[in-house]
Amino acid sequence: MKTEVLLARFKMMLLMRRFDETVDRLYAAGKLYGTIHLYIGQEAIGAGICGELQHGDVIASTHRGHGHNVAMGSDPGAMMAELLGRVTGLCHGFGGSMHIADQKLGNLGANGIVGGGVPLATGAALSFKIRELPYVAVSFMGDGAPNEGCVHESLNIAAIWKLPIVFVIENNQYGMSAPVKDTYAIERLSERAVAYGMPGESIDGQDIFKVVEAARRAIDRARSGGGPTLLEMITYRYKGHSRNDPARYRPAGELDAWKARDPIEIVRARLLQDGASEARLAEITAEAEAAITAAVAFGEAGPFPDPKDVLPKVYA
Amino acid sequence: MIQTTTAETLFGKALNWTIATAMETDPNVFIIGEDIGQFGGAFGITKGLVEKFGKPRVLDTPISEAGLVGVGVGAAMMGMRPIVEIQFSDFLVNAMDQIVNQAAKVHFMFGGNVNVPIVIRTPFGGGVGLAAQHSQSLEAWFYHVPGLKVVAPSTPDDARGLLFASIDDPNPVIFFEHKLLYSVKGPMHESIERIPLGKAVVRRPGKDATVVSYSFAMHKTLEAAEKLAASGIDLEVIDLRTLYPLDIGTVIASVERTGRLAVSHEAVVRGGIGGDIIAQVCGSKAFSKLKGPVLRIGAKESPVPYSPPLESYVLPSVEHIESELRAWLK
Repeated sequence: MKTEVLLARFKMMLLMRRFDETVDRLYAAGKLYGTIHLYIGQEAIGAGICGELQHGDVIASTHRGHGHNVAMGSDPGAMMAELLGRVTGLCHGFGGSMHIADQKLGNLGANGIVGGGVPLATGAALSFKIRELPYVAVSFMGDGAPNEGCVHESLNIAAIWKLPIVFVIENNQYGMSAPVKDTYAIERLSERAVAYGMPGESIDGQDIFKVVEAARRAIDRARSGGGPTLLEMITYRYKGHSRNDPARYRPAGELDAWKARDPIEIVRARLLQDGASEARLAEITAEAEAAITAAVAFGEAGPFPDPKDVLPKVYA
Repeated sequence: MIQTTTAETLFGKALNWTIATAMETDPNVFIIGEDIGQFGGAFGITKGLVEKFGKPRVLDTPISEAGLVGVGVGAAMMGMRPIVEIQFSDFLVNAMDQIVNQAAKVHFMFGGNVNVPIVIRTPFGGGVGLAAQHSQSLEAWFYHVPGLKVVAPSTPDDARGLLFASIDDPNPVIFFEHKLLYSVKGPMHESIERIPLGKAVVRRPGKDATVVSYSFAMHKTLEAAEKLAASGIDLEVIDLRTLYPLDIGTVIASVERTGRLAVSHEAVVRGGIGGDIIAQVCGSKAFSKLKGPVLRIGAKESPVPYSPPLESYVLPSVEHIESELRAWLK
């Protein structure tokens, strides 16, 4: 990766991290409603994969969708407004955290149903095939999703029709409180690819360089008519599953061990090694922080939506 | 506009003609389902389409209802107009998440930024010996979900006009086709003219009572009404055609004239659409015109059994509808 590109990814990851850290604080302060599923710790995956996509490509996201949304280029202000339930939000306050989406930028949306977005991404890939368009769909899912029936059905359909799609499992080690080892009899989740007749790879999801390499292979394969790939990204969520989960089920020391390989720090170290100055990195960090501060201000300034707009939105 | 009336067309053929015409007119329309290609679908509705349009637009899927409905929803979000065939409506249950939590919610929860113009066509109902898992009438489940439209035509021409309108509609539509309708004949206009969703039709004008029905039960109800006419009872029979949006206005206007209201469907009475129609009429200005109790006719509260006498006992027959109406009007 060229230094300029890597600097852009670094900034993207910082935006993801600061956005979710800020969301966490706003919740703690009682300023946000509902629940949240934070992406903190998984930034290399969203940034590494979405950064490789081209205009026209699409993604479908998961419960944990803030990071993907930032990675697809959404305005953090409109995202924050959505979480704050304002009409200025990306979904005009109708969706909130779990349904954050930006279809204009190719994000079909976060999904409140585990695995629910996987068929949707597969359908988007089918539309590219029928229309003979050179685009690719990426279907993000957590480690809980591959045990859902519709995910199996979608992988099979994508494989038999050689659809232009990349299935990405973000294995952050827990499906809510259930450790992956208790919900799978296999060691690596990418082993399931064998059953569908598609390539499968398990990748260190903390390391954006490894993520990008795998993403390029899979995206190229999809774009050139080679069909789908299943990528398992091995990662860790620093926070609990959702708002009210202090994650007491995790063994002592586990979080610190993962933090020692923090995805943002890996990028920072590489940038310094490549000759970027501390001053430049500090500048980018300050820009990201300013962007999130502005996002909160934009979000809080927005008016709440008018209840009279609810019923007219039930049908198109 | 081409407007020729063919003498008699089968309901099933009308659907086939409509799908083919829609696919010819709009490259965004495609059809996806189990055994719909060379086999032509379990009920033969898609015969000849794969030969005419080729595999990328007539997609035979693995047995994967959740997957294929979801794939349709995703394609619809990209601006295509998928027609999904679910081989038996009982299997809609396998795809419930994709229908209820995805298709019905996408437009709303994303703030109106994206539409889901999908049509899910599916045979439903009993009367052909397919027993409990292949004979249900689950339309009330879908009627209950904001974000879905529910259509249930009873004639070949309505099947044509309503299917065109369903394909055009920017919302997800569940299109129910009673299995016994496929061999019902009637006139069909070879026309691309749409029948708007949400418009009921009076099939038989009458003055003594209003009977509301739809789909194949409408034919049974009409037959029962003709039998009662011989005994001097003059019933008005309304065919809803679309269940949601529900044309309650036509029902209310009729009840205001007749002063009596019955509903007649094949679905189990409990929790059915008939109960909702009655509630809406009772909540309207027509309530004061009611001269007596209302009546619900439907299946017994049982799964559909296999053996012919058992199946006939559970499902409302013409004779059953006739006797219920006669007793009610006595």
